[in-house]
Amino acid sequence: MAKPRAYVMVSVDADTVVIGAREVKTRLAAEIGTCGLGEEIRVLETGSFGPSDAGIVAAVMPEGLVYGNLTPERIPQLVEEHFVKGRPVSAWLLAGEHILPDPETTDSRGQQYFGRIVLDNCGRIDPDSIEEYIANDGYFALGKALTEMTPEAVVEEVKDSGLRGRGGAGFPTGLKWSFCASEKADMKYVICNADEGEPGTFKDRLIMEGDPHKVIEGMALCGYALGATQGYVYIRGEYKLSIERIRNAIEAARENGLLGKDIMGSGFDFDIAVKIGAGAYVCGEETALIESMEGKRGLPRVKPPFPAKAGFRGKPTNVNNVETLANIPFIIRNGAAQFHGIGDPGTPGTKVYTVLGHINRAGLIEVPTSVTLRDVLEDYAGGMRSGSFKMAQLGGTAGDLLDASMLDVPLNYDSLAKNGHSLGSGAILFMNETIKVCDFLHACMKFFAHESCGNCNPCRNGMAALLELTARLKKGEGYPGDIALMEELVMGMQSIAFCPLGQSPAAPVLSAVRYFRDELHAGINVDAVRPRPEHTMRHLMKLAS
Amino acid sequence: MAIKLKIDRQDVEVPEGTTVLDAAAEAGVHIPTLCHVPKVTSPGSCRVCLVEIEGARTLQPACVTPVTEGMIVRTHSKRARQGRQMSVELLLANHPWDCNACVRNGQCELQTLAQTMGITDVRFPYTREEVPVDTSTAAVVRDMNKCILCRRCVAVCQDVQGVGSLAPRARGFDTVIGAGAGENLCDAVCVQCGQCAAICPVGAIYEQDAIEDVWRALDDPEKHVVVQTAPAIRAALGECFGLEPGTCVTGKMVAALRRLGFAKVFDTNFTADLTIIEEGHELLTRLKTALVDKGEVSLPMFTSCSPGWINFMEYFYPGLLPNLSSCKSPQQMFGALAKTYYAEKEGIDPKNIVVVSVMPCTAKKFEADREEMVDSGFKDVDYVLTTRELGRMIQEAGIDFMKLPDEEQDSPMGMSTGAADIFANTGGVMEAALRTVYEVVTGRELPMEKLHVAPIQGLDGLKEVALTFEKCQPDWSFLEGVTAKVAVAHGLSNARKVCDMVADGEGGYHFVEVMCCPGGCIGGGGQPRMTTDEVRQSRIKAIYTEDEGRTMRKSHENPAVTQIYAEFLGEPLGHKSHELLHTHYHAKEPV
Repeated sequence: MAKPRAYVMVSVDADTVVIGAREVKTRLAAEIGTCGLGEEIRVLETGSFGPSDAGIVAAVMPEGLVYGNLTPERIPQLVEEHFVKGRPVSAWLLAGEHILPDPETTDSRGQQYFGRIVLDNCGRIDPDSIEEYIANDGYFALGKALTEMTPEAVVEEVKDSGLRGRGGAGFPTGLKWSFCASEKADMKYVICNADEGEPGTFKDRLIMEGDPHKVIEGMALCGYALGATQGYVYIRGEYKLSIERIRNAIEAARENGLLGKDIMGSGFDFDIAVKIGAGAYVCGEETALIESMEGKRGLPRVKPPFPAKAGFRGKPTNVNNVETLANIPFIIRNGAAQFHGIGDPGTPGTKVYTVLGHINRAGLIEVPTSVTLRDVLEDYAGGMRSGSFKMAQLGGTAGDLLDASMLDVPLNYDSLAKNGHSLGSGAILFMNETIKVCDFLHACMKFFAHESCGNCNPCRNGMAALLELTARLKKGEGYPGDIALMEELVMGMQSIAFCPLGQSPAAPVLSAVRYFRDELHAGINVDAVRPRPEHTMRHLMKLAS
Repeated sequence: MAIKLKIDRQDVEVPEGTTVLDAAAEAGVHIPTLCHVPKVTSPGSCRVCLVEIEGARTLQPACVTPVTEGMIVRTHSKRARQGRQMSVELLLANHPWDCNACVRNGQCELQTLAQTMGITDVRFPYTREEVPVDTSTAAVVRDMNKCILCRRCVAVCQDVQGVGSLAPRARGFDTVIGAGAGENLCDAVCVQCGQCAAICPVGAIYEQDAIEDVWRALDDPEKHVVVQTAPAIRAALGECFGLEPGTCVTGKMVAALRRLGFAKVFDTNFTADLTIIEEGHELLTRLKTALVDKGEVSLPMFTSCSPGWINFMEYFYPGLLPNLSSCKSPQQMFGALAKTYYAEKEGIDPKNIVVVSVMPCTAKKFEADREEMVDSGFKDVDYVLTTRELGRMIQEAGIDFMKLPDEEQDSPMGMSTGAADIFANTGGVMEAALRTVYEVVTGRELPMEKLHVAPIQGLDGLKEVALTFEKCQPDWSFLEGVTAKVAVAHGLSNARKVCDMVADGEGGYHFVEVMCCPGGCIGGGGQPRMTTDEVRQSRIKAIYTEDEGRTMRKSHENPAVTQIYAEFLGEPLGHKSHELLHTHYHAKEPV
């Protein structure tokens, strides 16, 4: 068969599937075939290129032109114009440097584009093809580790890389691995936490959909380093396409001897299974996740013992986020030093974000940890779509609310911590002046109140109180002292709640008070007097009866 | 290995694995707790026992945090105090404000916490929706409006009793402790043991109250109201009046009951002795059928005094129902005899007799309501009070319990032996049975020190002993050289182990005593709160002391028992016994 002169890569992820990406792909292939170009032009499925607000997207390679908002109806015209007549349909092309970046180019601020670590294959290869992954250096790191490195050396390499957990807490990954590696046990487990539940965060889903083998390889490397023989990917049930592609990837890896017994003749056994979650936010907390995997109610466990000592089925267990594991093959392949050289030295490497809100280009990006919020807004998100920047929430609902004074702080753990903030889970929500802080906080609290597991008292009752307090502010019916009470409550919860969920409201509430105190204060009715608690209760009971 | 740490600037040395809570107790520091019950549950979720540990980012729950070398703990620093206050304030925020009209008023752990922490205001809003109160069972009331979700009831139901009828449902603020798959306990597989009511820290689970019914009967001049008290009451009732656990108050209890207005103060101990005669003969008959007649008979035989245990068998092991002794429980034997034997003897119309029981147990309320329990022609037992309810009645009547003289029960149904006393605790029924059976078979006293069967005493979950019959009386010569193997279990999770063994044909037991509640009836669901293992041990000690202080310590020595056979029943397992003292069981459909 002749070598094709061009490829059309249709981005098929969970969002585009529901609006007909597979129909577009089929239609494209059929139309190209009808025009007699089937030998020259190949139509392929791939993961997300990044944009999440451009409908069905397809890229034409090697030109690197990207079409958006495709429909089956537009296909005949597209094929006729672009492939038969050789005239790209400029009206349907998407603009923006962040799409399919070329390693040789620089971004608008003159920084050298460094190449992606996690998303390098997303939108470039067929996620269901292990051959394409292998052709792009896939499983090279696993081969290197199994043939040239001891498990201890792998742990050391990850330690040296300075990689910090990308699930939100930022714990040094190598150190976490070393805890589990030093345990002696007949069985150890490696779990990939793909229970991504933070509102607005869907980077783990796009990583799994775009490059599932990278996650599998990261897990196998982790298993080798820790002496674990079984891995699980805990994926939330709504992530149907992720489940499908991860399962396909596991199957393909097994068929190719990259999972299973005696991988690459090294004597190392490792296999992976998928566990499907039911979508409870709290199951993103690693011990609740383990409880859920054991078939129990997803409640966080008492620590100690930590999972590294007694986790899944009481055995030493290491839980890492999808993005964290997807960084591992790069680190092993290229060495810790190269990884450490990227981004901010305190948080080496890159960070994958989903950017959304009132911006021109919403979607998936991967940036070095040295870029600022302003870089993200202006270079990657294309600036505000309407109005002007009022605030951004960094890291999902449990993240800090930042105002314009924080636009030039680099997005990494240390720089943010210096300013009293944290990086969060990987979502950035940009908002203009149409969003009222009280409304926004109330929406955040609604989410927490809905997702509180109800096990510990401070979170269960505290979330209910926060929901009511923010509802009052929203209606302009707050009692004097409510803002201080809210601050006291979230700070208290931070110190007394059982798990990170109960500690979460502190970030949005305290940052909102810090930057938008006046606006919150407008929600207070200065003449109101807080009733005695028993009166509130009686009133409610009367209403109920 | 010993661990050295500092608690509130004091040096403390405790064994490895000790919790901060226990280490603090060693140092004389009491850290308040709520969801933690020693040996039952420590979910660490109420966040009341928080302490500050140097180096820890957040406050740590003392009940589940193990000590580490060099740890520096501050139990009442500003941060620790404020954290605990907030926990309790948050609990109070959504707890109804009707303490004054609550059954637990004055004995509520949440009230105590609020008071000790100096909480005088609750600033957080009440946002709860009212739910109906569950009064669907004879045993307990569940008012989930008052539930603070500590889940102690869940732990005791699932882990201690192995029943699992209570479990949290829904999530977050909507979480409720559900009964099985439904709203109400009657929809769940509940054995009605009331351990949930005994462990509840607030007024969310409590016994179905029969106090008003009993007052009404006492106030009715037409009625002849007699009362029986279970063996376990006398060792616990004093706790309702501030006495130390393990104080035996038999005489004062009798005096109090008389002052309350009961026409006769009898004793369930009397029918406990009778149970030994009936059940002992039933066992010997079963053994004879098996060994001599080589007939079909179900062995081992299980005791049948504990109604929670009967419910458990009917739900979970219907295949083993033939193994249950057909003897009614002493409570029900008493009721049936009070309205027949006693009525006849005293010339009282049985329809005017009201039988009130005082029981350590909520399942006894259910048992009295069973449709089989009408062999006297009437409801055999009319009302059942728990120990706690009797305590409240005595308080309500203004009786100064401590000033009461010691009085004695009325005859004939108040007469009993030491063997009946020990029905109160695990191993007691078996010991009482062995005292009689051994003597009947061999003509000699049970050859044990102080008549106690040491291997089956104590709080181990599952105990066993073997006893060989030698030099038997002529009637029982078929038992010559036979080694009887008996087992004792208490707490239904231990009962489950025995049932599984028996169902699998293992164990080789002839006779098995099971009591539903941990420790036996002295640890019943109707006993004064809180029943810990230490409290169980104290109550058991009191019971054995009572037993040892008696001149008659074997059921067959009870002259009132001899008299009732002579005057009324005829012989053990005779026609009248069968009619009044024995019953049958049904398999229950698990809901």
